[in-house]
Amino acid sequence: MSIFVDESTRVAVQGLTGSQGRFHGLRNRAYGTKIVAGVTPGKGGTDVEGVPVYDSVAEAIEAHGVDATFVAVPPRAAPDAILQAAEAGVPFIVCITEHIPAKDEAYVSARLRRDFPNTRLLGPNCPGIISPGKCNIGITSGDIALPGGPVGIVSRSGTLTYQALHELSQQGVGQTTCVGIGGDPVPGLTFVDVLEAFEADPETRAVMMIGEIGGEAEEMAAEYIKTKMTKPVVAYIAGQTAPPGRKMGHAGAIVSGSKGTAQAKMEALASAGVTVAKNPTEAGELMVEVVRSLG
Amino acid sequence: MDLFEYQGKQYFARYGIPTSAGAVADTVEEAVEAAERVGYPVVVKAQVQVGGRGKAGGVKLAANRDEVELHAGNILGLDIKGHVVRRLWIEHATDIAKEYYASFTLDRAAKLHLAMVSAKGGVEIEQVAEEDPGAIARRHVNPLDGLTIEEARGLVIEAGLDAEAIEKAAEVLVSLYRCYVEGDADLVEINPLVLTPDGRVHALDAKVTLDDDAAWRHPEWSEFEGTGEIDERERLAKEKGLQYIGLDGSVGIIANGAGLAMSTLDVVNQVGGAAANFLDIGGGADADVMANALEVINTDAKVRAILVNIFGGIVRCDEVARGILAALDRVELSSPIVLRLDGTNAAQAREIIAERATDQIISEATMLSAARRAVEVAAS
Repeated sequence: MSIFVDESTRVAVQGLTGSQGRFHGLRNRAYGTKIVAGVTPGKGGTDVEGVPVYDSVAEAIEAHGVDATFVAVPPRAAPDAILQAAEAGVPFIVCITEHIPAKDEAYVSARLRRDFPNTRLLGPNCPGIISPGKCNIGITSGDIALPGGPVGIVSRSGTLTYQALHELSQQGVGQTTCVGIGGDPVPGLTFVDVLEAFEADPETRAVMMIGEIGGEAEEMAAEYIKTKMTKPVVAYIAGQTAPPGRKMGHAGAIVSGSKGTAQAKMEALASAGVTVAKNPTEAGELMVEVVRSLG
Repeated sequence: MDLFEYQGKQYFARYGIPTSAGAVADTVEEAVEAAERVGYPVVVKAQVQVGGRGKAGGVKLAANRDEVELHAGNILGLDIKGHVVRRLWIEHATDIAKEYYASFTLDRAAKLHLAMVSAKGGVEIEQVAEEDPGAIARRHVNPLDGLTIEEARGLVIEAGLDAEAIEKAAEVLVSLYRCYVEGDADLVEINPLVLTPDGRVHALDAKVTLDDDAAWRHPEWSEFEGTGEIDERERLAKEKGLQYIGLDGSVGIIANGAGLAMSTLDVVNQVGGAAANFLDIGGGADADVMANALEVINTDAKVRAILVNIFGGIVRCDEVARGILAALDRVELSSPIVLRLDGTNAAQAREIIAERATDQIISEATMLSAARRAVEVAAS
């Protein structure tokens, strides 16, 4: 089993007619994902390589039934696109858009929580989600993932997510689902949300978690793991040598004062029983050991 | 983008937050002119983006022209924790009865805005939080609801501000929230927010960090551009659309993706080296981007080896390899490259690099071995 998406998930791409949406949407379709529709206001009635385009998410749902949307529109349009999907009743929204203003993210997050509590948002500014061999929504290159489990991956960083997939696949260790939650200050799904889903998924037997400096998401994950999680977790935190007060690329990756340091996060995770690796390679090796010990 | 105090105060003024009359000055003459305009006594304040400038001698009271000349002359050019003072803010001096604190920022854990108010202003809020956490009143603000004057008043009262300051401080708080939200700031902080003996409440300092991602809806921000304390390489990199942060080591770093770049710094450190920079070239890594990145690193005299760490996902490694070779034709490098390419088409990429048979590129198979090699090269 996989979490959030599987081979039956029907996906509409919001912004399919744009360059990003077209490129990644068609790649996702080539991977085997059921890309059933595109949505671009004003372009309804056209198609992109055979994928029909609608003016609104609601119309796409009416014509095809949609379980998830993939939001690949520019930052100015992304907040409205996410809310439009939520209003239309889409239960799972993946948004890869980078550089959405923090105020807009905070507003969208508050709207989702108050008005659409059953909608899950992954992202923004994330690589998306891949359930190897079943469904790929986002920008992850499908060929570095290996189907069959037993490892679930959750990560705040894009390229490190690929690195993690690659390290495991090379060792013949497959993945149930790989979820990139993104590095923005106000993400939709958090580490805790994804860990909960992995804990509940019978096929996921161990979890690899890639965090980074800034915020308290890793500390909250540690608290959840300590109190609720039975499956083994291997973690790596990027930014151990980052200077305080400087944003390291991601808007979220900043150490302010004594908060959000890699050291604090690693200690919190270690005290929750998590195997903490010093670097991504070591994280891969440790996870291979964990998986072998599961038999 | 971090604003200087004077810019922060100008930004506050747009949202009706009261500040003292003042003017900027880049020379002693301008300082005197500014002082005559705003009226003595004045405070001569160093404009640097670092805390502790008062203790470093960067803030002085001046009662007359001679004192302005003396202090402006001393403060201009002063080095405060590595920040050289190039600009002053000359402000009419305020009589202070009480010093408070007020700020808004995002509470990422709660996914809500957070207001903080304290009757203990004028000192670092981190220090207050540590020594007397009860002295800070906190309230989450849901962006869907905003902050009403009643709620602001409640918060100010809870923080224990003096009775005569309550009404005006609550008004400042509502304006400050507007400045934070409509002004797209990641942080707005007034420390101290002062009560004067005649019962006025105003911002004696201003700390504002703007959200760069919202620049498109703020044409007025263009006036802040080019005034920041950005180092030369960071400016060059920014022009070329690269994320660069200068550090102190000897291993230049180029990686794709912020996480991988941070991780590369970590690994270099773990094998006994030190990174000269953080440089994220983003998802794409074509010849142009790579040449730009190499050019930026090349201007850093500290660099003795360049570690290029690319994981090909969407970007294919063979394209990256061709990009690096094309970049080498354009840029005369002063240090060798240690190259780690992994992911999509990595094997082909290694062949492409091997064909060129240049001693300027050393290929390594893993991130760890590449880091070790780069550190060795840098030390040799």
